[in-house]
Amino acid sequence: MTVSTASTVTVRVLLFGSYAEAAGQTSLTLSVPAPATVASVLRLLRARADGARLPERPLCAVNLAHARLDTAVSQGDEIAILPPLAGG
Amino acid sequence: MSFLSDQPLDLGALVARVTAPERGGIACFVGVVRDHHEGRRVLRLEYSAYDAMAEAECARIASEAEAKWDVRVALAHRVGTLEIGEAAVAMAAAAAHRDAAFAACRYLIEQVKRRVPIWKREYFADGTVSWVEPRQTARPAEAPAEARPGTPPPPDHTGHTDWGV
Repeated sequence: MTVSTASTVTVRVLLFGSYAEAAGQTSLTLSVPAPATVASVLRLLRARADGARLPERPLCAVNLAHARLDTAVSQGDEIAILPPLAGG
Repeated sequence: MSFLSDQPLDLGALVARVTAPERGGIACFVGVVRDHHEGRRVLRLEYSAYDAMAEAECARIASEAEAKWDVRVALAHRVGTLEIGEAAVAMAAAAAHRDAAFAACRYLIEQVKRRVPIWKREYFADGTVSWVEPRQTARPAEAPAEARPGTPPPPDHTGHTDWGV
């Protein structure tokens, strides 16, 4: 468990489908400078090998609901990066 | 209520859940695995989901349909490996009359495809395997349904023309 200070928020990031395959993992924990948004999580993720192949504007969810890139992210949130949906 | 299932879908059970004496029209839609994709022969599909969010999103979609129209709805989506002809998604919408039933059923499938986090891998006859990645025509959290080409809200007699989230 990563300890976060007041100046960072620690979030759990989930990867699915082709994104998980490309990253070689399905989940990771990130500490992001506060105040954090989905976009800042993506920036940090993209700087790592895990997220280097993510598209510019992937679909994202925060705590089980679709989110925008400017959606605020809080300590303990679950951020999911979603490949193009293919249900049905 | 669980919307995801790794067992064959039972349309009859969904219909039974929405049937009531005052509802004279039940519209159903079943999406099945087809044997081709862009000219290539498909052997089977493997569906996976972000389970917790898929359940939450299906529940939201069902609630929206029941708020927009005077209907009762039921839906289910399969996960796991599906052979050609097997049902991947099934739904039923029951209303007093057919217009609301069809409109609600159409809403369910369009919103499921647009919003529910489910993915599939295609196994082709030539031995290759690939993720199905449809061109994303809208971001569920940002784009209103009206802005999407290709899915014009059909006129109905309920006064509901807003397919937005």
